[in-house]
Amino acid sequence: MLFSQLIQKLIQDTTEKSLPLFSVELCLCVTIVLMLLVRLLGADRLLPACVVAVIGAASALACSWMQYRELYGAPEPVSTTFFTGMLIHDSFTVYFRAFLSLFLLLTVALTSLTGIPDEEDSPDFYSLLFGATIGMMMMASSNSLLMLFLSVEMASVPSYAMVGFLKGRKASSEAALKYVVYGAGAAGVMLYGISLLAGVLGTADMGMLSERLAAAAAGGSGGLGDPEIRTASLGILLIMVGLAFKLSLVPFHFWCPDAFEGASAEVAGFLSIASKAGAFGLLVRLCVALSGAEGTGPLMTAFGCGLGFVACLTMTLGNLAAYGQTNLKRMLAYSTIAHAGYMVMAVSAMLVMSSSAAGAASAAEVTRSMEGLLYYLFVYMFMNLGAFAVIALVRNYTFGETLDDVRGLISQSPTLCVVMLICMFSLVGLPPFGGFIGKFFIFASTLKSAETEPFMYVVLVCGGLNTVFSLFYYIRVLRVMFLEARPADARPVPLPFASWESAFTLTLAAFVLLLGVAPYVMSTTANTAAQSLAFFN
Amino acid sequence: MNPLFLLSILIFLPLVGAALLLIFDERNADAMRFWSLGVTLLTFIFSVVLWCQYNPAEGMLVADVCEWIPSWNIYYRLGVDGISLPLVVLTGLVSTLAMAASWSITKHVRGYLILFLMLESGMMGVFLSLDFFLFYVFWEVMLLPMYFLIGVWGGPRKEYAAIKFFLYTLAGSVLMLIAMLMFYFASGSQADSFNLLALAQKASQGGLMSPGTQITAFLLLFIGFAIKLPAFPVHTWLPDAHVEAPTPISMILAGVLLKMGGYGIIRIAFPLCPYGAQYCAWGLVAIGVVSIIYGAFAALAQTDFKRLVAYSSVSHMGYVLLGLAIWKINETTGETMNSDYWQMGLNGAMFQMIAHGISSTGMFFMVGVVYDRVHHRDLNKFGGLMGLMPLYSGLAAGLFFAGLGLPGLCGFIGEVFVVISTWSFSPMLAVLSAAGVILTAGYILWAMQRVYLGAEYRGPHPEALTPSNGRENAVAAILLGIAIVLGVYPAVLFDVMEPSIKAMATAAAEGYRHSHAEAQAAAGQAQAALNR
Repeated sequence: MLFSQLIQKLIQDTTEKSLPLFSVELCLCVTIVLMLLVRLLGADRLLPACVVAVIGAASALACSWMQYRELYGAPEPVSTTFFTGMLIHDSFTVYFRAFLSLFLLLTVALTSLTGIPDEEDSPDFYSLLFGATIGMMMMASSNSLLMLFLSVEMASVPSYAMVGFLKGRKASSEAALKYVVYGAGAAGVMLYGISLLAGVLGTADMGMLSERLAAAAAGGSGGLGDPEIRTASLGILLIMVGLAFKLSLVPFHFWCPDAFEGASAEVAGFLSIASKAGAFGLLVRLCVALSGAEGTGPLMTAFGCGLGFVACLTMTLGNLAAYGQTNLKRMLAYSTIAHAGYMVMAVSAMLVMSSSAAGAASAAEVTRSMEGLLYYLFVYMFMNLGAFAVIALVRNYTFGETLDDVRGLISQSPTLCVVMLICMFSLVGLPPFGGFIGKFFIFASTLKSAETEPFMYVVLVCGGLNTVFSLFYYIRVLRVMFLEARPADARPVPLPFASWESAFTLTLAAFVLLLGVAPYVMSTTANTAAQSLAFFN
Repeated sequence: MNPLFLLSILIFLPLVGAALLLIFDERNADAMRFWSLGVTLLTFIFSVVLWCQYNPAEGMLVADVCEWIPSWNIYYRLGVDGISLPLVVLTGLVSTLAMAASWSITKHVRGYLILFLMLESGMMGVFLSLDFFLFYVFWEVMLLPMYFLIGVWGGPRKEYAAIKFFLYTLAGSVLMLIAMLMFYFASGSQADSFNLLALAQKASQGGLMSPGTQITAFLLLFIGFAIKLPAFPVHTWLPDAHVEAPTPISMILAGVLLKMGGYGIIRIAFPLCPYGAQYCAWGLVAIGVVSIIYGAFAALAQTDFKRLVAYSSVSHMGYVLLGLAIWKINETTGETMNSDYWQMGLNGAMFQMIAHGISSTGMFFMVGVVYDRVHHRDLNKFGGLMGLMPLYSGLAAGLFFAGLGLPGLCGFIGEVFVVISTWSFSPMLAVLSAAGVILTAGYILWAMQRVYLGAEYRGPHPEALTPSNGRENAVAAILLGIAIVLGVYPAVLFDVMEPSIKAMATAAAEGYRHSHAEAQAAAGQAQAALNR
């Protein structure tokens, strides 16, 4: 083939196949450019950046909705690789695109309500926000170890800047620096892991990993005594370090409380939801890519149990550490850590089930476990953003984000208190709120996986105990808000019921309730998205 | 009336009433109180309609089933039988009376009423659900209003009491959640995986779980229900919650919430894991007897009037557990021995739940009436109330005697049924539990002597001791009237309960026989393998 033909084919492939599948990300790219152009032309008085951002996020959501309709209409799950096999397009990808665009829309709405960033800075801020989101979308759709690294970096670098966005505040700069240093270290380790894995298996294509791993295992004993398997396992372990950093799993969680405390509540909310969601998409992609081949069952079961152990550590430490916090953002940071632990339970259950001997029989159960994870993420978006939104709105009146600032708030702003109540109870996992349904799905999968691997019983019991522990600190916030009197010297929070702020937070709370009362629609969608994973290999 | 409509309205009418409270003017507290009283009264009337419509001979009255989360086989499945129906009516009655007792609440009236009605919805839902998932949801839904009802409107240590109540119940319900998932997977994730009736049916044919799994599942369920009951080692939330809660909420707690523990055991734990239940029967009986004796001694030691009544609940609910658990089998054949006595014990336990719901609600209300006047509950500072508040004291004496178990009042029937049937299980335990009756008489008579008798009142605020008003007299008189009716003519309840309880006991005995054979076979195989 001539070089020009090769180029021709590449151009054809890109323009005809890849770019349409990439339309959601393109929407966001165009929005970034538009926002910067509008300011360059001095038209930002007429057309504020937040309006452009809202339109951009909404059109991204519409695009992903159309992609979803297209896939949903197909007779069987479709899975296409594009950009020469770098990315993959299936309903799992589209689920994350829709999820992230919706979340982006909600975040932009929140930031324009709370006024962070100010008009001057808003194009910069939204560019960072959109850029990070594109990275997260690519995390959920990566099909190559190279894209794995690139997308993580693409999501991380704007996040560092956003954490430090409150210029002139020492805490903010400190948080950003900690985040950068930690992130750079984790990225380096992950890159080394990728090089090991790709070097041993001879490919960076995630679709081929399990096959190559099985081939490597077939030659030797298949255990860790085999040097190839040992090197590959080390590679996986090091990649996991990078992902654990993004997911803030113990022991790679140290950046999280500091970054959240230093960043504004809006940014912290973005990091705790979108960044987690992208990382979970990537983790699931990697786990599915590695598992499922003949002969690697014991290794992958061990990997799954290891993840289960990390989940236990993460949720226990997160919940226990949250108990002592008085800064609400810091408390929610630990709560984020704990929730990452709950969600990792689902991934670990998925790995254990899909690598068991009766793997084929339990394909439906594997899908269930991923349905649980996707549902949990969706609920988590509303409940966690609701909590951060309340903190941000209160901060605008009291200039503080501690427990003292919300003390006795019920007497001044009942709406915010009721929203906080719904979000907190949902975070504990109590019915009739959505958090309960998500937790129920995940616990069910974990119990199912315990039938093949008894260690998962330990994980399940640990999850149950943690649910009880977590009640302590969530309810402490509610106790302070509802049961105590507003101190006389506290700044008032006169947020009227008929305001956009109330409407926004109440909408979030309504979704949390709706997802608990009528989970059917969303759980079916999550199930469809999870089904496509089975065809990933 | 269409059962689905009637049962749904029992659950959701209070919730709708709570939502409509939002349109009232906040300053018009009395209008909101009357509205809420109307809603609870209407709910009670609907529960009486249900009672009239229910035919005991037909067994379970099952409403049409609606889909809720089809992919998980979770349905909106309601129904009522002789076990749940008396409890539903009791819930309606106690809620109405507690609402009538809520006039003393003056802080944040609207919030209080909304939470109160939400609580009633949750309670009704627990008793009417036949889908395990739905049951669990309602079970948990009650926690939220209860936390705030104790936490905002309670006494000096309200926050501690509220969180303690919440934590204990949540810990129990997490265990229940795990048990629920075990049943889901044991049933093979088929269409009926949360249907309590179908699961019980399967268990009675021995096809649901292996004997070993049944024991685990039973223990998980039992701990969850025992916390609510409350049984001896996990009862410590109760004195705190009862003492700190405002009077109407104490009435609800004692009158309805405690019954959910007993109801859960008889509706879920026994039918779904009969082998586990029988395996643990001795332990359950022992816990029941210890609760009776321990609760009574603890009540004797109290100087706080309300705390005394709270501990009396621990003691009285011990009879419920005892009556449920006296299930004796023949070790070699697996046949249930003296099945009639066990059924008598079950009937006694169910009757005791209703009777305690009436007498304990009354006692808490009576304590509340004097507390509203003199703002203390120290037994040693009372005395002479008989002279100052004669009508109130007479009604209180009647209700306290009902709690004591005086023949002719409701408390007697349940206790005597349980104690008699315990004799067939173990005469020694029967003697012990009968001795509990003497202790009960001791603490109740002593309390009455210190509060109502005596020459004069020497405590604080003597000027506030005015005779009780019409509303208070009405609440007390209704409760006393029911206590007398149930004591004189207990067949009102037994006629409704007996067929359902008999069906439950027969099915459980059948299920045990199958599992017993399975366990024997497994043991035989293990022995054979050992010999080889």
